[in-house]
Amino acid sequence: MLEVRNISKSFGGLKAVSDASLDVPEGSIVALLGPNGAGKTTCFTMIAGFTKPDTGTVTFRGEDITGLAPHQICARGMIRTFQIVQPFAGLTVEENIAVGAYLHHHDRADATALARKVGKQLGMGGMLDRPAASLTIAGRKRLELARALATGAKLLLLDEVMAGLIPSEVTEIVGIIRQIRDEGHTILLIEHVMQAVMSLAETAYVLNYGEMIAHAPPKELVQDPAVIEAYLGHGAATRLQEGGHA
Amino acid sequence: MKPTSMGQAVLIAAAVLYLVSVFFLSSPIWMGFSLNALIIAVVALSWNVTGGFGGLFSFGHAVMYGTGAYASAVLQVNYGVNAWIGLVAGIVAGAVMGAFIGAITFRFGLKGSYFALVTLAFAEVMRICASSFAFTGGGAGLQVKLDPGISTLQFQDRTVSYTLLLLVVAAVMILTAVMKNSRFGAYLIAIRENEDAARALGIDTYRIKVIAMAISGAFGGLAGVLYLQTMLYIDSTVVYGNAISVEALIGPLIGGAGTVWGPLVGTLGLHLLGEGAKHLLSNAPGLNFVLYAVVLICALRFLPQGLMGFAARIGPFRKKEEDDDNA
Ligand SMILES: Nc1ncnc2c1ncn2[C@@H]1O[C@H](COP(=O)(O)OP(=O)(O)O)[C@@H](O)[C@H]1O
Ligand SMILES: [Mg+2]
Repeated sequence: MLEVRNISKSFGGLKAVSDASLDVPEGSIVALLGPNGAGKTTCFTMIAGFTKPDTGTVTFRGEDITGLAPHQICARGMIRTFQIVQPFAGLTVEENIAVGAYLHHHDRADATALARKVGKQLGMGGMLDRPAASLTIAGRKRLELARALATGAKLLLLDEVMAGLIPSEVTEIVGIIRQIRDEGHTILLIEHVMQAVMSLAETAYVLNYGEMIAHAPPKELVQDPAVIEAYLGHGAATRLQEGGHA
Repeated sequence: MKPTSMGQAVLIAAAVLYLVSVFFLSSPIWMGFSLNALIIAVVALSWNVTGGFGGLFSFGHAVMYGTGAYASAVLQVNYGVNAWIGLVAGIVAGAVMGAFIGAITFRFGLKGSYFALVTLAFAEVMRICASSFAFTGGGAGLQVKLDPGISTLQFQDRTVSYTLLLLVVAAVMILTAVMKNSRFGAYLIAIRENEDAARALGIDTYRIKVIAMAISGAFGGLAGVLYLQTMLYIDSTVVYGNAISVEALIGPLIGGAGTVWGPLVGTLGLHLLGEGAKHLLSNAPGLNFVLYAVVLICALRFLPQGLMGFAARIGPFRKKEEDDDNA
Protein backbone atom coordinates (compact mmCIF):
# COMPACT_ATOMS: atom_id res chain seq x y z
CA MET A 1 0.00 0.00 0.00
CA LEU A 2 2.86 2.35 0.90
CA GLU A 3 6.33 2.07 -0.60
CA VAL A 4 9.04 4.42 0.54
CA ARG A 5 12.27 4.30 -1.41
CA ASN A 6 15.55 5.87 -0.37
CA ILE A 7 14.20 9.05 1.14
CA SER A 8 16.66 11.46 2.71
CA LYS A 9 16.40 14.76 4.53
CA SER A 10 19.08 17.09 5.79
CA PHE A 11 18.62 20.03 8.12
CA GLY A 12 21.63 22.21 7.51
CA GLY A 13 24.58 19.91 8.08
CA LEU A 14 22.56 17.32 9.96
CA LYS A 15 21.41 14.29 8.01
CA ALA A 16 18.15 13.55 9.84
CA VAL A 17 17.19 10.71 7.48
CA SER A 18 19.41 9.07 4.89
CA ASP A 19 18.32 6.62 2.25
CA ALA A 20 15.47 5.16 4.26
CA SER A 21 13.13 2.66 2.62
CA LEU A 22 10.12 0.82 3.95
CA ASP A 23 7.01 -1.03 2.84
CA VAL A 24 3.60 -1.15 4.43
CA PRO A 25 1.38 -3.88 2.98
CA GLU A 26 -2.37 -3.27 2.96
CA GLY A 27 -4.11 -4.43 6.14
CA SER A 28 -0.96 -4.70 8.20
CA ILE A 29 0.38 -2.96 11.27
CA VAL A 30 3.98 -1.92 10.78
CA ALA A 31 6.14 -0.28 13.44
CA LEU A 32 8.93 2.23 13.00
CA LEU A 33 11.35 2.13 15.92
CA GLY A 34 14.50 3.95 16.90
CA PRO A 35 16.01 6.04 19.67
CA ASN A 36 15.12 9.67 20.16
CA GLY A 37 16.35 11.85 17.35
CA ALA A 38 16.75 8.88 14.99
CA GLY A 39 14.63 10.57 12.34
CA LYS A 40 11.31 8.77 12.76
CA THR A 41 9.12 11.84 12.91
CA THR A 42 11.05 13.34 10.01
CA CYS A 43 10.18 10.23 7.97
CA PHE A 44 6.50 10.84 8.74
CA THR A 45 6.68 14.49 7.79
CA MET A 46 8.17 13.52 4.43
CA ILE A 47 5.74 10.69 3.76
CA ALA A 48 2.71 12.85 4.64
CA GLY A 49 3.89 15.78 2.53
CA PHE A 50 4.80 18.22 5.30
CA THR A 51 8.35 18.44 3.99
CA LYS A 52 9.67 17.44 0.62
CA PRO A 53 12.34 14.72 0.77
CA ASP A 54 15.75 15.74 -0.62
CA THR A 55 15.90 12.44 -2.48
CA GLY A 56 13.78 9.34 -2.93
CA THR A 57 10.16 8.59 -3.68
CA VAL A 58 6.97 7.84 -1.80
CA THR A 59 4.40 5.66 -3.55
CA PHE A 60 0.90 5.28 -2.16
CA ARG A 61 -1.56 2.81 -3.73
CA GLY A 62 0.64 2.68 -6.81
CA GLU A 63 0.76 6.45 -7.28
CA ASP A 64 3.89 8.54 -6.84
CA ILE A 65 2.93 11.11 -4.21
CA THR A 66 6.40 12.54 -3.54
CA GLY A 67 6.20 16.29 -3.04
CA LEU A 68 2.40 16.50 -2.93
CA ALA A 69 0.87 18.80 -0.28
CA PRO A 70 -0.54 17.25 2.91
CA HIS A 71 -4.14 17.94 1.91
CA GLN A 72 -3.62 16.22 -1.44
CA ILE A 73 -2.16 13.20 0.30
CA CYS A 74 -4.94 13.19 2.87
CA ALA A 75 -7.52 13.27 0.09
CA ARG A 76 -5.90 10.12 -1.31
CA GLY A 77 -6.42 8.31 1.99
CA MET A 78 -3.27 8.69 4.06
CA ILE A 79 -3.05 10.74 7.22
CA ARG A 80 -0.53 11.38 9.97
CA THR A 81 -1.02 12.19 13.64
CA PHE A 82 1.36 14.35 15.66
CA GLN A 83 3.74 13.16 18.34
CA ILE A 84 3.11 16.45 20.13
CA VAL A 85 -0.68 16.42 20.06
CA GLN A 86 -2.25 19.29 18.16
CA PRO A 87 -5.86 19.67 19.27
CA PHE A 88 -8.04 22.57 18.14
CA ALA A 89 -7.96 23.74 21.72
CA GLY A 90 -10.85 26.19 21.57
CA LEU A 91 -13.25 23.67 20.03
CA THR A 92 -15.18 20.82 21.62
CA VAL A 93 -14.19 17.21 21.10
CA GLU A 94 -17.06 16.78 18.67
CA GLU A 95 -16.07 19.87 16.67
CA ASN A 96 -12.48 18.65 16.56
CA ILE A 97 -13.49 15.30 15.10
CA ALA A 98 -15.96 16.98 12.75
CA VAL A 99 -13.09 18.90 11.09
CA GLY A 100 -11.75 15.53 9.99
CA ALA A 101 -15.21 14.30 9.04
CA TYR A 102 -15.80 17.30 6.75
CA LEU A 103 -13.22 15.94 4.31
CA HIS A 104 -15.74 13.63 2.67
CA HIS A 105 -18.97 14.94 4.24
CA HIS A 106 -19.65 18.48 3.10
CA ASP A 107 -22.91 18.78 4.99
CA ARG A 108 -22.71 19.89 8.61
CA ALA A 109 -25.28 17.38 9.85
CA ASP A 110 -23.48 14.49 8.15
CA ALA A 111 -20.07 15.56 9.42
CA THR A 112 -21.39 15.98 12.96
CA ALA A 113 -23.12 12.61 12.91
CA LEU A 114 -19.94 10.91 11.72
CA ALA A 115 -17.91 12.78 14.35
CA ARG A 116 -20.22 11.53 17.11
CA LYS A 117 -20.04 8.01 15.76
CA VAL A 118 -16.25 7.96 15.59
CA GLY A 119 -16.00 9.61 19.01
CA LYS A 120 -18.18 6.93 20.58
CA GLN A 121 -16.28 4.21 18.78
CA LEU A 122 -13.09 5.45 20.43
CA GLY A 123 -14.69 5.63 23.85
CA MET A 124 -15.11 9.41 23.86
CA GLY A 125 -18.91 9.43 23.85
CA GLY A 126 -19.08 11.04 27.28
CA MET A 127 -16.79 13.94 26.42
CA LEU A 128 -18.06 15.02 23.01
CA ASP A 129 -19.26 18.39 24.27
CA ARG A 130 -16.20 19.12 26.37
CA PRO A 131 -13.56 21.57 25.16
CA ALA A 132 -10.55 19.76 23.77
CA ALA A 133 -8.35 21.88 26.02
CA SER A 134 -9.80 20.12 29.06
CA LEU A 135 -8.73 16.63 27.96
CA THR A 136 -5.99 14.63 29.67
CA ILE A 137 -3.00 13.45 27.64
CA ALA A 138 -4.70 10.12 27.05
CA GLY A 139 -7.80 11.93 25.86
CA ARG A 140 -5.82 14.14 23.51
CA LYS A 141 -4.02 11.17 21.99
CA ARG A 142 -7.36 9.53 21.39
CA LEU A 143 -8.66 12.71 19.85
CA GLU A 144 -5.76 12.74 17.37
CA LEU A 145 -6.73 9.22 16.42
CA ALA A 146 -10.44 10.03 16.20
CA ARG A 147 -9.90 13.05 13.93
CA ALA A 148 -7.65 11.04 11.66
CA LEU A 149 -10.18 8.21 11.44
CA ALA A 150 -13.01 10.63 10.70
CA THR A 151 -11.29 11.72 7.49
CA GLY A 152 -11.93 8.23 6.17
CA ALA A 153 -8.22 7.68 5.60
CA LYS A 154 -7.19 4.10 4.92
CA LEU A 155 -3.55 4.39 6.00
CA LEU A 156 -2.85 5.95 9.38
CA LEU A 157 0.61 7.13 10.35
CA LEU A 158 0.55 7.23 14.15
CA ASP A 159 3.40 9.08 15.84
CA GLU A 160 3.84 7.85 19.42
CA VAL A 161 0.16 7.71 20.30
CA MET A 162 1.05 5.82 23.49
CA ALA A 163 3.84 8.03 24.79
CA GLY A 164 3.05 9.45 28.19
CA LEU A 165 0.19 7.06 28.92
CA ILE A 166 -0.11 4.84 31.99
CA PRO A 167 -0.15 1.06 31.36
CA SER A 168 -3.93 0.66 31.61
CA GLU A 169 -4.39 3.45 29.03
CA VAL A 170 -1.81 1.78 26.79
CA THR A 171 -3.76 -1.47 26.95
CA GLU A 172 -6.92 0.38 25.93
CA ILE A 173 -5.34 2.14 23.00
CA VAL A 174 -3.67 -1.08 21.82
CA GLY A 175 -7.15 -2.60 21.72
CA ILE A 176 -8.48 0.39 19.79
CA ILE A 177 -5.67 0.25 17.23
CA ARG A 178 -6.25 -3.45 16.68
CA GLN A 179 -9.96 -2.78 16.25
CA ILE A 180 -9.23 -0.04 13.71
CA ARG A 181 -7.04 -2.42 11.74
CA ASP A 182 -9.68 -5.13 11.83
CA GLU A 183 -12.13 -2.66 10.31
CA GLY A 184 -9.91 -2.46 7.25
CA HIS A 185 -7.32 0.20 8.00
CA THR A 186 -3.59 -0.08 7.55
CA ILE A 187 -1.30 1.32 10.21
CA LEU A 188 2.27 2.54 10.34
CA LEU A 189 3.18 3.48 13.88
CA ILE A 190 6.13 5.09 15.57
CA GLU A 191 6.30 3.74 19.07
CA HIS A 192 8.51 3.67 22.07
CA VAL A 193 6.38 1.38 24.20
CA MET A 194 8.01 -1.94 23.35
CA GLN A 195 5.26 -4.05 24.87
CA ALA A 196 2.74 -2.43 22.57
CA VAL A 197 4.87 -2.94 19.47
CA MET A 198 5.42 -6.59 20.33
CA SER A 199 1.73 -7.27 20.61
CA LEU A 200 0.58 -5.12 17.68
CA ALA A 201 3.02 -5.03 14.83
CA GLU A 202 3.68 -7.85 12.41
CA THR A 203 6.86 -6.25 11.26
CA ALA A 204 9.09 -3.42 12.38
CA TYR A 205 11.79 -1.17 11.00
CA VAL A 206 14.56 0.34 13.10
CA LEU A 207 16.07 3.72 12.38
CA ASN A 208 19.30 4.84 14.00
CA TYR A 209 20.99 8.15 13.20
CA GLY A 210 18.75 8.43 10.17
CA GLU A 211 19.64 5.06 8.72
CA MET A 212 17.46 1.98 8.53
CA ILE A 213 19.50 -0.60 10.42
CA ALA A 214 17.05 -3.48 10.68
CA HIS A 215 13.76 -4.83 9.40
CA ALA A 216 12.15 -7.90 10.96
CA PRO A 217 9.23 -9.05 13.10
CA PRO A 218 9.54 -7.29 16.49
CA LYS A 219 10.12 -10.52 18.38
CA GLU A 220 13.26 -11.13 16.33
CA LEU A 221 14.38 -7.52 16.55
CA VAL A 222 14.53 -7.53 20.31
CA GLN A 223 17.05 -10.35 20.10
CA ASP A 224 19.22 -8.53 17.57
CA PRO A 225 22.17 -7.19 19.59
CA ALA A 226 22.74 -4.28 17.19
CA VAL A 227 19.17 -3.14 17.64
CA ILE A 228 19.28 -3.57 21.39
CA GLU A 229 22.41 -1.48 21.60
CA ALA A 230 21.12 1.22 19.26
CA TYR A 231 17.56 1.48 20.37
CA LEU A 232 17.31 0.33 23.93
CA GLY A 233 20.78 1.16 25.20
CA HIS A 234 23.03 -0.78 27.49
CA GLY A 235 21.49 -3.19 29.93
CA ALA A 236 18.18 -3.38 28.16
CA ALA A 237 18.91 -6.81 26.75
CA THR A 238 19.19 -8.25 30.23
CA ARG A 239 16.02 -6.49 31.34
CA LEU A 240 14.18 -7.89 28.38
CA GLN A 241 15.29 -11.43 29.10
CA GLU A 242 14.27 -11.14 32.72
CA GLY A 243 11.03 -9.25 32.47
CA GLY A 244 9.72 -10.10 29.05
CA HIS A 245 9.24 -6.44 28.21
CA ALA A 246 10.99 -3.15 28.72
CA MET B 1 -26.57 33.40 15.70
CA LYS B 2 -28.73 32.36 18.63
CA PRO B 3 -27.52 33.36 22.10
CA THR B 4 -26.16 30.54 24.23
CA SER B 5 -26.65 32.20 27.59
CA MET B 6 -28.68 34.77 29.51
CA GLY B 7 -25.71 37.11 29.35
CA GLN B 8 -25.52 36.95 25.56
CA ALA B 9 -29.28 37.37 25.25
CA VAL B 10 -29.05 40.54 27.33
CA LEU B 11 -26.20 41.95 25.23
CA ILE B 12 -28.01 41.23 21.97
CA ALA B 13 -31.24 42.66 23.33
CA ALA B 14 -29.41 45.83 24.37
CA ALA B 15 -27.91 46.23 20.90
CA VAL B 16 -31.27 45.66 19.21
CA LEU B 17 -33.01 48.01 21.62
CA TYR B 18 -30.52 50.75 20.83
CA LEU B 19 -30.85 50.21 17.08
CA VAL B 20 -34.64 50.39 17.29
CA SER B 21 -34.58 53.42 19.59
CA VAL B 22 -32.99 55.47 16.81
CA PHE B 23 -36.31 55.33 14.93
CA PHE B 24 -38.16 56.96 17.81
CA LEU B 25 -35.72 59.53 19.09
CA SER B 26 -35.84 61.66 15.93
CA SER B 27 -32.60 63.37 16.80
CA PRO B 28 -30.42 64.27 13.79
CA ILE B 29 -27.23 63.92 15.84
CA TRP B 30 -28.27 60.52 17.12
CA MET B 31 -29.20 59.49 13.60
CA GLY B 32 -25.95 60.67 12.02
CA PHE B 33 -23.95 59.00 14.70
CA SER B 34 -25.87 55.73 14.29
CA LEU B 35 -25.49 55.73 10.50
CA ASN B 36 -21.75 56.00 10.98
CA ALA B 37 -21.72 53.26 13.61
CA LEU B 38 -23.60 50.88 11.30
CA ILE B 39 -21.15 51.48 8.44
CA ILE B 40 -18.27 50.78 10.80
CA ALA B 41 -20.11 47.67 12.01
CA VAL B 42 -19.93 46.33 8.45
CA VAL B 43 -16.15 46.93 8.39
CA ALA B 44 -15.96 45.20 11.76
CA LEU B 45 -17.90 42.24 10.34
CA SER B 46 -15.49 42.23 7.43
CA TRP B 47 -12.46 42.10 9.74
CA ASN B 48 -14.23 39.43 11.78
CA VAL B 49 -14.20 36.95 8.88
CA THR B 50 -10.42 36.82 8.67
CA GLY B 51 -9.43 38.12 12.09
CA GLY B 52 -12.17 36.53 14.15
CA PHE B 53 -12.77 33.19 12.45
CA GLY B 54 -9.43 32.74 10.71
CA GLY B 55 -7.11 34.24 13.31
CA LEU B 56 -5.54 36.37 10.56
CA PHE B 57 -5.05 39.71 12.27
CA SER B 58 -5.09 42.41 9.65
CA PHE B 59 -4.01 45.89 10.57
CA GLY B 60 -4.94 47.38 7.25
CA HIS B 61 -8.59 46.63 6.62
CA ALA B 62 -9.01 50.14 5.26
CA VAL B 63 -7.53 48.69 2.10
CA MET B 64 -10.78 46.79 1.44
CA TYR B 65 -12.98 49.67 2.50
CA GLY B 66 -11.13 52.26 0.43
CA THR B 67 -10.95 50.02 -2.61
CA GLY B 68 -14.72 49.45 -2.52
CA ALA B 69 -15.43 53.13 -2.09
CA TYR B 70 -13.02 54.23 -4.81
CA ALA B 71 -14.12 51.55 -7.28
CA SER B 72 -17.69 52.76 -7.08
CA ALA B 73 -16.80 56.47 -6.97
CA VAL B 74 -14.44 56.30 -9.95
CA LEU B 75 -17.07 54.49 -12.02
CA GLN B 76 -19.84 56.90 -11.06
CA VAL B 77 -17.89 60.13 -11.29
CA ASN B 78 -15.60 59.46 -14.24
CA TYR B 79 -17.73 57.13 -16.33
CA GLY B 80 -21.26 57.98 -15.28
CA VAL B 81 -21.93 54.40 -14.32
CA ASN B 82 -25.09 53.63 -12.37
CA ALA B 83 -24.70 53.53 -8.58
CA TRP B 84 -26.06 49.99 -8.33
CA ILE B 85 -23.40 48.78 -10.71
CA GLY B 86 -20.96 50.84 -8.65
CA LEU B 87 -22.15 48.93 -5.59
CA VAL B 88 -21.49 45.57 -7.22
CA ALA B 89 -18.15 46.82 -8.55
CA GLY B 90 -17.16 48.02 -5.08
CA ILE B 91 -17.94 44.62 -3.56
CA VAL B 92 -16.09 42.80 -6.31
CA ALA B 93 -13.12 45.18 -6.11
CA GLY B 94 -12.90 44.64 -2.35
CA ALA B 95 -13.03 40.88 -2.83
CA VAL B 96 -10.33 40.96 -5.50
CA MET B 97 -8.14 43.18 -3.33
CA GLY B 98 -8.59 40.82 -0.38
CA ALA B 99 -7.85 37.73 -2.45
CA PHE B 100 -4.82 39.42 -4.01
CA ILE B 101 -3.32 40.39 -0.65
CA GLY B 102 -4.07 36.92 0.70
CA ALA B 103 -2.63 35.15 -2.32
CA ILE B 104 0.65 37.04 -2.00
CA THR B 105 1.10 37.07 1.78
CA PHE B 106 0.03 33.46 2.34
CA ARG B 107 2.16 32.26 -0.56
CA PHE B 108 5.11 33.59 1.39
CA GLY B 109 3.76 32.01 4.56
CA LEU B 110 3.29 35.31 6.38
CA LYS B 111 1.54 35.04 9.73
CA GLY B 112 0.89 36.98 12.89
CA SER B 113 2.52 40.39 13.09
CA TYR B 114 4.13 39.99 9.66
CA PHE B 115 0.72 39.58 8.09
CA ALA B 116 -0.56 42.55 10.09
CA LEU B 117 2.30 44.74 8.90
CA VAL B 118 1.92 43.75 5.27
CA THR B 119 -1.80 44.54 5.29
CA LEU B 120 -0.98 47.90 6.85
CA ALA B 121 1.57 48.50 4.10
CA PHE B 122 -1.01 47.66 1.42
CA ALA B 123 -3.44 50.18 2.89
CA GLU B 124 -0.75 52.85 2.97
CA VAL B 125 0.34 52.16 -0.60
CA MET B 126 -3.25 52.37 -1.78
CA ARG B 127 -3.78 55.59 0.16
CA ILE B 128 -0.76 57.16 -1.51
CA CYS B 129 -1.84 55.93 -4.95
CA ALA B 130 -5.36 57.24 -4.48
CA SER B 131 -4.05 60.67 -3.50
CA SER B 132 -1.66 60.78 -6.47
CA PHE B 133 -3.65 59.88 -9.56
CA ALA B 134 -5.96 62.23 -11.41
CA PHE B 135 -8.65 59.63 -12.04
CA THR B 136 -9.04 59.09 -8.29
CA GLY B 137 -9.35 62.80 -7.75
CA GLY B 138 -5.86 63.18 -6.30
CA GLY B 139 -5.69 65.01 -3.02
CA ALA B 140 -9.09 66.57 -3.53
CA GLY B 141 -10.96 63.28 -3.52
CA LEU B 142 -14.11 62.40 -5.44
CA GLN B 143 -17.55 63.89 -5.10
CA VAL B 144 -20.60 62.04 -6.33
CA LYS B 145 -23.25 64.35 -7.75
CA LEU B 146 -26.22 64.82 -5.44
CA ASP B 147 -29.21 63.23 -7.14
CA PRO B 148 -31.47 61.45 -4.68
CA GLY B 149 -33.36 58.43 -5.92
CA ILE B 150 -33.50 54.69 -5.80
CA SER B 151 -31.55 54.35 -9.05
CA THR B 152 -28.72 56.51 -7.67
CA LEU B 153 -28.77 54.82 -4.24
CA GLN B 154 -29.05 58.21 -2.58
CA PHE B 155 -31.67 58.86 0.06
CA GLN B 156 -32.52 62.23 1.47
CA ASP B 157 -34.64 60.83 4.22
CA ARG B 158 -32.09 59.59 6.71
CA THR B 159 -34.60 57.19 8.23
CA VAL B 160 -34.64 55.40 4.89
CA SER B 161 -30.83 55.30 4.79
CA TYR B 162 -30.79 54.00 8.32
CA THR B 163 -33.37 51.30 7.61
CA LEU B 164 -31.44 50.14 4.54
CA LEU B 165 -28.19 50.10 6.49
CA LEU B 166 -29.84 48.01 9.19
CA LEU B 167 -30.94 45.54 6.54
CA VAL B 168 -27.43 45.39 5.10
CA VAL B 169 -25.92 44.78 8.54
CA ALA B 170 -28.49 42.04 9.17
CA ALA B 171 -27.70 40.47 5.80
CA VAL B 172 -23.96 40.49 6.47
CA MET B 173 -24.56 38.94 9.89
CA ILE B 174 -26.74 36.23 8.38
CA LEU B 175 -24.03 35.49 5.82
CA THR B 176 -21.54 35.36 8.67
CA ALA B 177 -23.73 32.88 10.54
CA VAL B 178 -24.15 30.73 7.43
CA MET B 179 -20.40 30.77 6.91
CA LYS B 180 -19.72 29.90 10.53
CA ASN B 181 -21.94 26.83 10.35
CA SER B 182 -20.62 25.62 7.02
CA ARG B 183 -17.75 23.34 6.16
CA PHE B 184 -15.80 26.40 5.04
CA GLY B 185 -16.35 28.03 8.44
CA ALA B 186 -15.28 24.91 10.30
CA TYR B 187 -12.11 24.80 8.19
CA LEU B 188 -11.37 28.47 8.76
CA ILE B 189 -11.80 28.07 12.52
CA ALA B 190 -9.62 24.94 12.43
CA ILE B 191 -6.87 26.96 10.74
CA ARG B 192 -7.15 29.60 13.46
CA GLU B 193 -6.91 26.98 16.18
CA ASN B 194 -4.04 24.98 14.70
CA GLU B 195 -2.87 25.31 11.14
CA ASP B 196 -0.64 22.22 11.10
CA ALA B 197 -3.40 20.00 12.40
CA ALA B 198 -5.72 21.53 9.81
CA ARG B 199 -3.29 20.69 7.01
CA ALA B 200 -2.93 17.14 8.26
CA LEU B 201 -6.71 16.71 8.21
CA GLY B 202 -6.86 17.38 4.50
CA ILE B 203 -7.54 21.12 4.50
CA ASP B 204 -6.02 23.18 1.71
CA THR B 205 -5.19 25.94 4.15
CA TYR B 206 -3.86 28.32 1.50
CA ARG B 207 -7.06 28.15 -0.48
CA ILE B 208 -9.31 28.56 2.55
CA LYS B 209 -7.37 31.59 3.77
CA VAL B 210 -7.44 33.26 0.37
CA ILE B 211 -11.20 32.68 0.07
CA ALA B 212 -11.64 34.12 3.57
CA MET B 213 -9.73 37.20 2.48
CA ALA B 214 -11.98 37.50 -0.56
CA ILE B 215 -15.15 37.27 1.56
CA SER B 216 -13.73 39.76 4.04
CA GLY B 217 -12.77 42.01 1.13
CA ALA B 218 -16.29 41.81 -0.27
CA PHE B 219 -17.79 42.91 3.07
CA GLY B 220 -15.15 45.62 3.43
CA GLY B 221 -15.76 46.88 -0.11
CA LEU B 222 -19.47 46.92 0.61
CA ALA B 223 -18.86 49.05 3.70
CA GLY B 224 -16.82 51.47 1.60
CA VAL B 225 -19.67 51.83 -0.88
CA LEU B 226 -22.12 52.39 1.97
CA TYR B 227 -19.92 55.22 3.20
CA LEU B 228 -19.70 56.71 -0.27
CA GLN B 229 -23.45 56.59 -0.81
CA THR B 230 -24.08 58.12 2.61
CA MET B 231 -21.50 60.93 2.41
CA LEU B 232 -21.30 61.31 -1.40
CA TYR B 233 -17.69 62.31 -0.97
CA ILE B 234 -14.47 60.36 -0.34
CA ASP B 235 -10.83 61.15 -0.09
CA SER B 236 -7.83 58.94 0.43
CA THR B 237 -7.04 59.90 4.03
CA VAL B 238 -10.56 59.03 5.11
CA VAL B 239 -11.29 55.78 3.29
CA TYR B 240 -7.75 54.38 3.21
CA GLY B 241 -6.84 55.92 6.58
CA ASN B 242 -5.54 54.05 9.61
CA ALA B 243 -8.58 55.09 11.61
CA ILE B 244 -10.71 52.69 9.56
CA SER B 245 -8.19 49.90 10.02
CA VAL B 246 -8.24 50.42 13.76
CA GLU B 247 -12.03 50.64 13.93
CA ALA B 248 -12.26 47.43 11.90
CA LEU B 249 -10.47 45.38 14.51
CA ILE B 250 -11.35 47.10 17.75
CA GLY B 251 -15.10 46.43 17.60
CA PRO B 252 -14.73 42.67 17.08
CA LEU B 253 -11.99 42.40 19.68
CA ILE B 254 -14.15 44.10 22.28
CA GLY B 255 -17.46 42.58 21.26
CA GLY B 256 -16.10 39.09 20.64
CA ALA B 257 -14.03 38.09 17.63
CA GLY B 258 -15.23 35.01 15.79
CA THR B 259 -18.84 35.45 16.87
CA VAL B 260 -21.76 36.67 14.77
CA TRP B 261 -22.95 39.41 17.14
CA GLY B 262 -19.62 40.45 18.63
CA PRO B 263 -18.55 42.95 15.94
CA LEU B 264 -21.90 44.77 16.07
CA VAL B 265 -22.11 44.76 19.86
CA GLY B 266 -18.51 45.91 20.19
CA THR B 267 -18.81 48.64 17.57
CA LEU B 268 -22.02 50.06 19.01
CA GLY B 269 -20.69 49.95 22.55
CA LEU B 270 -17.47 51.66 21.60
CA HIS B 271 -19.11 54.34 19.53
CA LEU B 272 -21.55 55.14 22.31
CA LEU B 273 -18.67 55.38 24.73
CA GLY B 274 -16.59 57.51 22.36
CA GLU B 275 -19.50 59.79 21.54
CA GLY B 276 -20.38 60.21 25.20
CA ALA B 277 -16.81 61.10 26.08
CA LYS B 278 -16.64 63.58 23.21
CA HIS B 279 -19.67 65.45 24.46
CA LEU B 280 -18.61 65.36 28.07
CA LEU B 281 -15.08 66.52 27.31
CA SER B 282 -15.91 69.31 24.88
CA ASN B 283 -15.17 67.65 21.54
CA ALA B 284 -11.42 67.17 21.80
CA PRO B 285 -10.65 65.59 18.42
CA GLY B 286 -9.04 62.16 18.50
CA LEU B 287 -10.01 61.72 22.12
CA ASN B 288 -12.27 58.83 21.21
CA PHE B 289 -9.21 56.94 19.97
CA VAL B 290 -7.42 57.42 23.27
CA LEU B 291 -10.50 56.06 24.96
CA TYR B 292 -10.69 53.16 22.49
CA ALA B 293 -7.08 52.27 23.27
CA VAL B 294 -7.77 52.17 26.99
CA VAL B 295 -10.90 50.09 26.48
CA LEU B 296 -9.06 47.75 24.11
CA ILE B 297 -6.23 47.18 26.57
CA CYS B 298 -8.71 46.46 29.35
CA ALA B 299 -10.70 44.16 27.09
CA LEU B 300 -7.66 42.19 26.00
CA ARG B 301 -6.58 41.89 29.61
CA PHE B 302 -9.91 41.07 31.24
CA LEU B 303 -12.16 39.86 28.41
CA PRO B 304 -9.94 37.82 26.10
CA GLN B 305 -13.02 36.53 24.28
CA GLY B 306 -14.73 39.90 24.20
CA LEU B 307 -18.13 40.80 25.60
CA MET B 308 -19.89 37.92 23.87
CA GLY B 309 -17.38 35.41 25.25
CA PHE B 310 -17.71 36.88 28.72
CA ALA B 311 -21.49 36.96 28.50
CA ALA B 312 -21.54 33.31 27.41
CA ARG B 313 -20.52 32.37 30.92
CA ILE B 314 -23.39 34.24 32.56
CA GLY B 315 -26.39 31.97 32.99
CA PRO B 316 -25.69 29.48 30.20
CA PHE B 317 -28.76 27.90 28.65
CA ARG B 318 -28.80 24.15 29.22
CA LYS B 319 -28.05 22.29 26.06
CA LYS B 320 -30.71 19.78 25.17
CA GLU B 321 -29.35 16.29 25.68
CA GLU B 322 -29.70 14.23 22.56
CA ASP B 323 -28.65 11.01 24.17
CA ASP B 324 -27.45 10.24 27.63
CA ASP B 325 -24.99 7.46 27.07
CA ASN B 326 -21.65 7.94 28.69
CA ALA B 327 -19.79 5.40 26.63
N1 LIG C 1 12.63 21.16 11.35
C1 LIG C 1 13.85 20.73 11.79
N2 LIG C 1 14.90 21.55 11.71
C2 LIG C 1 16.13 21.14 12.13
N3 LIG C 1 16.38 19.94 12.65
C3 LIG C 1 15.35 19.08 12.77
C4 LIG C 1 14.02 19.44 12.34
N4 LIG C 1 13.20 18.39 12.57
C5 LIG C 1 13.97 17.43 13.11
N5 LIG C 1 15.25 17.84 13.23
C6 LIG C 1 16.38 17.03 13.73
O1 LIG C 1 16.38 15.82 13.01
C7 LIG C 1 16.70 14.74 13.86
C8 LIG C 1 15.59 13.71 13.79
O2 LIG C 1 14.46 14.21 14.47
P1 LIG C 1 13.09 13.40 14.57
O3 LIG C 1 12.72 12.97 13.21
O4 LIG C 1 12.13 14.24 15.30
O5 LIG C 1 13.50 12.16 15.45
P2 LIG C 1 12.58 11.09 16.19
O6 LIG C 1 11.18 11.31 15.83
O7 LIG C 1 13.10 9.78 15.74
O8 LIG C 1 12.83 11.27 17.66
C9 LIG C 1 16.91 15.31 15.25
O9 LIG C 1 18.30 15.48 15.45
C10 LIG C 1 16.20 16.63 15.18
O10 LIG C 1 16.82 17.54 16.06
MG1 LIG D 1 9.57 11.79 16.96
